[in-house]
Amino acid sequence: MAKPKVATTSLAGCFGCHMSLLDIDDRILKLVELVDFDKSPIDDIKEFSGRCAIGLIEGGCCNEENVRVLQDFRKHCDILISVGDCATMGGIPAMRNNIPLEECYAEAYLDGPTVHNPSKQIPNDPELPLLLNKVYPCHEVVKIDYHLPGCPPSADTLWEALVALLSDKPVALPYALIKYD
Amino acid sequence: MVATNGMKRIVIEPVTRVEGHGKVTILLDEKKQVQQARLHIVEFRGFERFIQGRPFWEVPVLVQRLCGICPVSHHLAAAKAMDWIVGGEKLTPTAEKMRRLMHYGQFFQSHALHFFHLASPDLLFGKPGDPLSGFAADVAIRNVIGVAAKFPDLAVQGVMMRKYGQEVILRTAGKKIHGTGAIPGGINKNLSITERDFLLKDIDQMVEWSRSAVKIAKDYTVEHLEKLAPFGSFDSNHLSLIREDGAMDIYHGNLRAIDSVGKKIFDQVDYQRYLDYIGEEVRPWSYMKFPFIRSLGPEKGWYRVGPLARVNTADFIDTPEAEAARKEFMAVTKGKPNNISMAYHWARMIELLHSIERIKELLHDKDLQGTDLVAKGERRDEGVGLLEAPRGTLFHHYRVNKDDQVVMANLIVSTTSNNEPMNRAVAKVAKDHLSGVEITEGLLNHVEVAIRAYDPCLSCATHALGQMPLTVELVDHEGNLVSTRSKN
Repeated sequence: MAKPKVATTSLAGCFGCHMSLLDIDDRILKLVELVDFDKSPIDDIKEFSGRCAIGLIEGGCCNEENVRVLQDFRKHCDILISVGDCATMGGIPAMRNNIPLEECYAEAYLDGPTVHNPSKQIPNDPELPLLLNKVYPCHEVVKIDYHLPGCPPSADTLWEALVALLSDKPVALPYALIKYD
Repeated sequence: MVATNGMKRIVIEPVTRVEGHGKVTILLDEKKQVQQARLHIVEFRGFERFIQGRPFWEVPVLVQRLCGICPVSHHLAAAKAMDWIVGGEKLTPTAEKMRRLMHYGQFFQSHALHFFHLASPDLLFGKPGDPLSGFAADVAIRNVIGVAAKFPDLAVQGVMMRKYGQEVILRTAGKKIHGTGAIPGGINKNLSITERDFLLKDIDQMVEWSRSAVKIAKDYTVEHLEKLAPFGSFDSNHLSLIREDGAMDIYHGNLRAIDSVGKKIFDQVDYQRYLDYIGEEVRPWSYMKFPFIRSLGPEKGWYRVGPLARVNTADFIDTPEAEAARKEFMAVTKGKPNNISMAYHWARMIELLHSIERIKELLHDKDLQGTDLVAKGERRDEGVGLLEAPRGTLFHHYRVNKDDQVVMANLIVSTTSNNEPMNRAVAKVAKDHLSGVEITEGLLNHVEVAIRAYDPCLSCATHALGQMPLTVELVDHEGNLVSTRSKN
């Protein structure tokens, strides 16, 4: 029987949740016995190669590209999990939600003490994608089946949740594995 | 540069430190020769603005969320700046050594991660004598799982070395990722005897594996030197912190900049005055700014940072095995600065060895069990914190008001300093390998290999597990899109 597939992505996150997944250390060798990795930064699979059992999402949505990727994951994954505080509630990047974006721009490209910008030009090339007005948690964009809190969730939290789901058992995490820091 | 005639202005509503997705664009003339190639950084988060108003003691734990791969670097650079705010910049021995241990642990895990998990798939699958064939190896095996299948011992070493670095961080910062160990003026815990003994258990194995990692990187570089030397290479200035006696020091020192043949541009500059020496140019096509040495201007003042720059700027390394490795490295260029992009890997492994040597030394230092954790002095309203992050010199600069709120933040992250160098590397590889040919997946990876040598933190992250989301667009001289290859 073919192994179930797992896909992962990082949207507006810092990659800390992916690092925490790597913190399962040598259990990663056990994990690749249980599953195949589909579209993910750990391999070169650029587009979904088929139906996935589980999709892990790190980060919220800060631009249109994030939304497109998230919708693509929803379409291809049976179970979609918001991993970490940015995916579940926007996290630190959502601190920009109360500040006019022009001010963020000005601080970085006009007013900063090291800025050298004689033409007063703010990066505006059409190559640069459109940002959303706010940073959104994933469940405000698509249906999310599970939320794993933490910044990041610990390796044990990720491991226990994945093993439970892959063996068709309920995800019953002990209290010690549910942390919001 | 844009491919189509849709040149309308996009109003981007920013917010981020530059990290995240990268994109390369390449412009061809009518003879299909590469005319221009650029690496664009397409994310923005606006940390400098949105931390304004936050209490300053929150900053070391807040700003590390820039990056989940080297959070310790941001955690410590911010703490060093906040040491100045509370007047506690002269740390107690226990505080300084705990922070150093945390930082060397971070170097160890980050360098191991980059070499084994990210870069090795490019380096291990080439035909004998032809390293470039490895850059175009089968996409199905060109990843860490492919490395684990073909070289299982090596993959396990990589995993266990990274794990060891993370264990050091856990015991100094309280958490493996986004810890809380450093506070303004010091630290919040020492190292218990139990923790020390746990870390000492595997130390000799780690030293042994680090030696073998240096050998792998050295042998690979020396054996293929003729083909690797021109790959994405160019002459440049180099910048790093340096100890007062000229030794490499990744936690603290003064600024030194040298040119491509080793002449000093400035030396032993107190980094509290970095504003007089470093500027950042804004260009419209990238969210990442372009730092330069002010006395040379934006055209000539750009410089490289990171392992290569540090080995080039240092007079010596103060641990014996890494110093011996440094001498071998410098002998390749007869003692002059090494300007070969692909030599970053070898330099990085020398630093890996240096880090584990220092960790071993520190673990035997009784100051780590000291109880004097925090220093305080006269309150200031401004502080600059610099250190050498795994990817290069990291600048944090804050101003604080009388209510303890941050009113100004300026961050120059390591990868930003390598913006111009990475663009040079991309342009060189594009000109040498993509002119007049059809772009294949393997050729696309050539461009990535050059970028990857710099271990960029485009999100210390998007390239994190090996493959940066990257789009290469080929555009003819009329602006028509000829070919696109992308991965995400």
